[in-house]
Order: sequence, then structure tokens, then C-alpha cells
Amino acid sequence: MKEVNAVADAPREFIAFRIGVQEFCIDIMSVREIRGWTPATALPHAPSYVRGVINLRGSVLPIVDLAERLGFPPTDASARQVIIVVQVGAQIVGLLVDAVSDILTLTNEKIQPTPEVASAFVKSFVRGMLAIDGRMIGVIELDSIMSTETEAAA
Amino acid sequence: MSMTILTVDDSRTMRDMLKVALMDAGYRVIQAVDGVHGLEVLEQETPQVIITDINMPKLDGFGFIESVRRDQRYLGIPILVLTTESSPEKKNLARRAGATGWIVKPFDSAKLVDVVRRVAA
Amino acid sequence: MDTMAAIRETFFQECEEQLGELEVGLTAMDEGAADSETVNAVFRAVHSIKGGAGAFKLDRLVRFAHTFETSLDLIRSEQLATSTTVMRTMLRSADLLADLVKAARSGDSVDETRVDAQIAELKSLSENAKESPTRAAADEAEALDFQPVLLELDDLGPPESQAARYAIKIIPAPDLYRKGNETVRLLRELSRMGEFRVECDARHVPTLDALDPEGAYLAWRVELTTSEDEAAIHELFEFVVDDCELQIVVDRAEPVAAAEASAPVELAPPPPVAVANDVAAAPAAPPPEAAPIAAGESDKARAEPGKPDVSANAPTIRVDLERVDRLINLVGELVINQAMLSQRVLEAGLARSSSVAAGLGALEQLTREIQEGVMAIRAQPVKPLFRRMSRIVRELTDATGKVVRLRTEGEATEVDRTVIERLADPLTHMVRNAVDHGVETPEAREAAGKPAQGEVKLSAAHRSGRIVIEVSDDGAGINRQRVREIAIKKELIAPDAQLSDSEIDNLLFMPGFSTAQTVSNISGRGVGMDVVKRSIQALGGRISISSRPGHGSTFSMSLPLTLAVLDGMVVKVADQTLVVPLTAIVETLRPKRGDVHALGVNARVISDRGGFAPLIDVGQELGYRREAADPVGSVVLVVETEVSTRCALVVDAIHDQRQVVIKSLEANYRQVPGIAAATILGDGRVALILDIDTFVARTNRSAQEPLLAATG
Repeated sequence: MKEVNAVADAPREFIAFRIGVQEFCIDIMSVREIRGWTPATALPHAPSYVRGVINLRGSVLPIVDLAERLGFPPTDASARQVIIVVQVGAQIVGLLVDAVSDILTLTNEKIQPTPEVASAFVKSFVRGMLAIDGRMIGVIELDSIMSTETEAAA
Repeated sequence: MSMTILTVDDSRTMRDMLKVALMDAGYRVIQAVDGVHGLEVLEQETPQVIITDINMPKLDGFGFIESVRRDQRYLGIPILVLTTESSPEKKNLARRAGATGWIVKPFDSAKLVDVVRRVAA
Repeated sequence: MDTMAAIRETFFQECEEQLGELEVGLTAMDEGAADSETVNAVFRAVHSIKGGAGAFKLDRLVRFAHTFETSLDLIRSEQLATSTTVMRTMLRSADLLADLVKAARSGDSVDETRVDAQIAELKSLSENAKESPTRAAADEAEALDFQPVLLELDDLGPPESQAARYAIKIIPAPDLYRKGNETVRLLRELSRMGEFRVECDARHVPTLDALDPEGAYLAWRVELTTSEDEAAIHELFEFVVDDCELQIVVDRAEPVAAAEASAPVELAPPPPVAVANDVAAAPAAPPPEAAPIAAGESDKARAEPGKPDVSANAPTIRVDLERVDRLINLVGELVINQAMLSQRVLEAGLARSSSVAAGLGALEQLTREIQEGVMAIRAQPVKPLFRRMSRIVRELTDATGKVVRLRTEGEATEVDRTVIERLADPLTHMVRNAVDHGVETPEAREAAGKPAQGEVKLSAAHRSGRIVIEVSDDGAGINRQRVREIAIKKELIAPDAQLSDSEIDNLLFMPGFSTAQTVSNISGRGVGMDVVKRSIQALGGRISISSRPGHGSTFSMSLPLTLAVLDGMVVKVADQTLVVPLTAIVETLRPKRGDVHALGVNARVISDRGGFAPLIDVGQELGYRREAADPVGSVVLVVETEVSTRCALVVDAIHDQRQVVIKSLEANYRQVPGIAAATILGDGRVALILDIDTFVARTNRSAQEPLLAATG
């Protein structure tokens, strides 16, 4: 849980999206753009949550199935899906999700710690929870998304 | 039309510094990279003042000044010598070659312009 | 960018060039291959750096450059001979100068003791040179105290108590005017020094018919009351003192009536003549002709950083590197888009013979030419890189006690700047190894009947669309016995493995081969060669080694000319499109049944030039399909790896052969084993580019890789 201080209390914006029946969100500052799904070119020997790479205006962008990355069953990708293009460190990555819901504006104090019942694995990606209008939205921390250290138990 | 000054120096840094200082003072600057080139440039255009380095390839400052002084077309053009060496021998050489004046590097822009103004009333 | 900052940047760039010149010149002098022009150029290089450094107040740099320059001046005037010791000192000084420049640029500090020691060494050389007292005196006089000679006369400040009166007589000789000086200016300067009265004696001006327009006939007499001292007045005339008769007399009495004895002209008191321009104009030279020939400025700026001046007269411009990079990227996009357009047109059903298709063909040709032209902008010769190696060899020679000379060949060979930058580290590594481990000690060499001085050779050349760089030494070669032992000990090979000489040599590249403890034990190379190999491969290059015991070893690298484009064969594998680098492909085959042979349970080979090459099913290896395809009915690409082994890659079909723009996978993802990079095809989709060497290397291990998941 982030330390609450004057600066951190400034309101931040988050993009909320749906994976299956669950909702998550990420800091809008990391989001570059949102695209429709396009078929990806497969990458040999890649972890199965990396669906492949696509062409984003001349750059080669890896597509991560966020559902699979979080440990859910793999997404059955089709034209209905959405790709959220995010900046993770120095790299740009596309996250495959089912749909984008809305943009939330809130301050840090609204973020509560992830419940203990969640697995350590999930906790490495989901750093906090939001309760808004009866919805429970996981706040995703992107840094570990691409790292190879955090791999789900097969 | 503002006065034109020819600067002859094989160092790009020096050429740039001279150009900046002189243009700021309202002069127009033409450049050459060594003595031979300087003579070529003179064929194309006659400046009101010449500033030249001494140590240059192909034709050094002294050789350049001597060539200029031999040429009737450039009679009386003030030639200032620009160098880091302030030894008496070098000064004598410059004088004998026909230099009008002498500026020692590193130069202060204001002083450079001052000297130019003095020799090129 | 602020002007002074821009010029400062120019200065440091120029320093790099000067340091390069210095290195070349000193090396030539060291080898006895220098003429007087070389020595002059060496002197000028240091002189130039000193000059610029002074302008930017880089005092430490100026101080050292000055001492260095003084020694070089002694050599230039042949007062100091270029013995081996002297040249060693000069080369070391050049290295220190380079370090000082670097420190000045980055604002870092330099080891003062090192600087002082080098200065002391230079000074001791100078003292041992032929004694020249005036020179010594001049050196002492030239402290870091540069003042322009002509005075700042305007700021007189509060009047000093001692105002003195001077009577000054000036009789200019024709030479004064010939050198561009004007009496009127001198008089004006005097007038600024205080109270001033001038008289002109025009008695000696002849009649017009006898008048020499370049003669000088006037005499001037000045009365000046000033608080400046006499030296100041003398200094004003410093430049004309040879060209006129000058007398400066302090006059405490009332106006002097008669002149002093030495003056030949007697000045009767003529009516005072004001200093007017037209008076000075008559004997003075005619004003310089304004010759407004529209030649324009001959501004010799430079091409982009790193590119040497081809000649002072070839027009060049200086361009921001960022702009060039951006342009190259845009051209890459252009190539992709043009390919996409061609594809769409074909898919739209337009015949190949249609005018549209013809137009597209022309467009493709043009695009290619633009691309080549643009890539050439960023191409640089390898010379500066080789020059750096020169210094490393020197430093190692000092450190290891071995005597090694660096020889270079093909310094002018050009390669894209991006490749050069990434070549520096691996090359440094190899050169260090060559001196450290390759070349023997002078004693060992002499015992072996070799000259005590060893040689490391660096060469670069273009070969079939790539650049080939070799690092070779004439040392003892690889101790194959020892290498084999170490490899067995580290379990890199089986104890009974049968390896050819070349295969043993290449063990050096295996990860885990070299550790600190092996360094001193083998006389071949060994430190981190696996790292070097990976760096070269990451560039899309290949590296191999060959060695002759007793004669030395050679590392040979083949690199792409640019990291931006690649000539490739576009192939279909399962339902994927792949690109295979053309340079690796030796031939393509459509095998017949009799060409394919089984080997053991799973492996298959194909007849190839009297031998056999293992068949590798690309689709299976990359996980695109479970079962290997039947080579008969497929296309086989015979490729050659950098260790010169041949493999036969089975693919479904060949699309075509074309130049593709290389897109990095590592930028947004990471390195994928077996894959070099990616490219974007005409249909906008990403296609992977195969990395032959890592791909083949992976297949040699027992491959139980998980198959690719069903893709989206």
C-alpha cells in the first residue's frame, strides 16, 4: 500500500477494464492507446501468456493475454477483444482484455490492500483493491507483468 | 553595407568563435581554412579587414600575409594576427611579414572587436 | 542550443579529430615514417587544442597542452631527436591529453599526480635538448596570462597624480602604410590618452609629378599630456616601430622648440593642422577596392559528427545526428509502406503488366535508392575505432612488459554508425586478449626464433554485402591440449569426444569456458569470449577463430553493414511467414526421395556435396507443428553457420527474396533464442527473422521444448 502523503493524495485517473467477470484497472499515465484486436505473429518458445507480436505503426509490440498472466484460463481471442497499449518501464506492451469499462478518478486513500485470501501470485500483480459502487476492482501494478521471475505454477 | 572581415584559421572552433564575436558586432564574416584557401577567397572578394591564425597547414599565417602584401590589389588592408604565442620572435616575424596588429588567444570578444575597430577606422 | 554551448561542442568534436591526427602522426614518427609535414601537423594538433581550451578557460588542459606543445616544438625545430624513449613519452603524453580532453568535456577530474609526472617527464626531455635561452625565457614569460597587445585606453579612471607631457615625433616610412597601418589611427589612439595636440610637417611632400603614391612624406609632431606611463605610449607604436622614425620624449618643460638630434627633419612651427582624414589619405594607400563579387561565404563547416573532412574544399554541412536517425527510420517506414502498397495492388487483381504495377516497380526502385543514399549518410569509417585500439595496445605494452605493435588495414572501410558503436567493446576485448594472452613475452619469442616485437593486426574489408573484421596476432596460437583439458574439466565436452582442431578452437566461445583461474593457465585466448560472441551475434554478425600453433590466432567477424536492413528469403513454414537471412543460405533444394537418409531413430540427413547435412524441420523446431514435414515435397535451404557447419532447413515454400527492414524484438520484449529480429511484411503483419546460428545451436541440444500454445 502506497504511503499517503500530500503529493500522493492528488487525484489520479485509472482505466477500468473487464477480464471475464472480474474487473481491474491501471493508472492512466501508463496507457498509450487502446486498439481493437489484431491477430498476432506467434513467438517461438515464449511463455504461453505472450500471444505473439503485432505491428503498431512500425514498432513490434508483444501482446500479453492478461487473463492468462493473472492465472485465469487463456482468453479465446477474437475481434471482440481489446488491446490496451501500455508503457512498462522502457518497453511498450499490449494487454489483451475483454472490454474497457470506464475511467475512474480517485485518490490513493481509496485504494485498499489486496485481501489475504488472494494467492501470492495474484498479489504480485494486483497491488490494491477499489470498492466503488458495489464493484470490486483490482489495481494492477504493471512492472511485474513482463518479468520472467513471476511465473504461475503450471 | 557593413564591413566584411576575412577570418583564416584551420580550427573550426576558432572560426566559429570569431564569427560569433564579429557578427554580434555587426560585421559580415567570410572564412578560410588555411593560407592557400585564404588566397582563393580573396580572389573572390576583398574584405576590409583580415584576421589570420599563424599555425595552419598548406600555407601558414606568415606565408599568407606575405602573399597578400605582395599583391597590389590588397594594398593597405589591415591584417591582424591571431595566435597563442606571444613570444618576441613570433611578433617580429609577424611584423616583418607585414601584419598590422596582433591579438593573443584566448581573446575577449569585446577586445577583439575593439582592435578591429581601431585598425579599420 | 545556446551559441557558446554549440561552439563548445564543436571544440570537443574538433579535439577528437585533432587527437586522431596526433595519434596518426606520432605513430608515423615512432615508426620512422614521418616527414616534416607530419611533425608540423602533430604540433598543430596540440597547438589547436591548446588554443580552443584557452578560449573556454580549461586551465588544466591548457597547462598540459602547453608543456606538450613546447616539447613538440623542440622536435619540430630539430632540437630534440625522436628517439624511442622520446617517442614513448610523446605517445603517453598524447594519451594523457586525450584523457584530459575527455575529463574537460564531462567535468570529471583527472589524477593530478599523473599529470604532474607527465609534465615533469616532458620538461626533463626539453632540458636535455639543445639549449635555447631565449626559448626558455619565452616559456617562462608565457604564463597563463594572455593579454591582447593593444591597449584598453578608454577606461582612464580617476586621473593619477603624475600627468606627464610627452613630445612625440612620428615620421612614417612607406612600409607603415604597406602593412595596413594608418598614422591617423595612431594619432587617434594618442588623442585618447589625454590632452593632445598635433602638428603636421608637410614640407617634404613633393610636387604631384614627383609624388610616389606609395611613398610617405609627412612628419608629425604630437604634444600629449597623459597620466599613462611612457611604456603605454611605446606599446601603442609597437607594431609600427620598425616602419617609422619614432621619438617619445618626456617633456617637463614648456613646449619644445627644437627637435632632438636624431630626427633628420627639423620642425619649424608650421600652423597646426588638424588631423583630418583627407590629409592622411594622400600618401596613404588607395582604399581597398570593394569587389562585390557574389561568391558567397566559403563556410567550411563539417558533415555529421564522426565523419572526417574529405578535403577542405569539398562542401560539407553539419547535421544533427537525431535528424539523420529520424530520416533513416522514416525511410524504413517508406520501404515497408511501399511493399504494402505493392501487395495490396496485386491482391486487388491488377495484372503485373499493368501500368500501375509498372509504376509500383519504379517506385520500389526509387525507394531502394533513397534508402541506400540515406544509409550512406550514417556510414562511418572504422578508422577512429581502430585508433582507439592503438592506444589500448600501447597501454598494455606498458603494463604487461610485452612488446607489441598494432598494424591496421582497411581503416577507411565504412560501416553504419550503429554497428561501429556496438563493435567497440567486443573489439577491445579481443585486442586485449591478443596482447595479454596471444603474444608471448619477448624472451619466449626470441627463444622461438621470432622477433621480440609481436604484432597484432586489425583489418576491415567489405565482402559480399557485409563487413569482415579480423583481429589476428603472431603469437603462440591456441594450446589445444590445454583447451581440451579445461573443456573436459568444466564438463563442456565428453572426455572421449572427438573434435577437430577448429572445433577445439571454437570451444573458447562456449559460455562457462573461461573463468579467472584459467586466464593465466592457457597461452591461448580465454577471457569472456562467450560474451564477445554474443555481442557480435546480437549485431547480426558471426565470429569464428582459427589458429596455428606457434604462429598465432585469428578472430574473424562478419557483420552486417547496417542494423537497419537485411537481405532475406521470405519463406512459409506451417502457416507462418519467416525470413531467412540471405547471407547464410548456400543453396536451395527440392530433395528427391533418394537424397534423404534416416540416421538413428529421429534424425534425418540429406546428401550435400559429397557429405551429409542434418535436416532440421523449422516448423517443428519453432513449435509451429508437432510432426516434422516430409522433406520430399518441401523446400530445403542449405545454410552455413559461423563454425562452417552445414545444415539443411526444411520449409514449406519460398515466397520471394527481398530486402526487409529490421525491427527489434528486444526493444519491447526480449531476445528470443533462434530469432534475430522481426520485420513488417507487405500485409502489415509481423514476420520473424531467423537467427541461423542460435537456431541451429538449439537443435543440437536434446529438444523437448514445449510446443507453442494455440495462437490468437
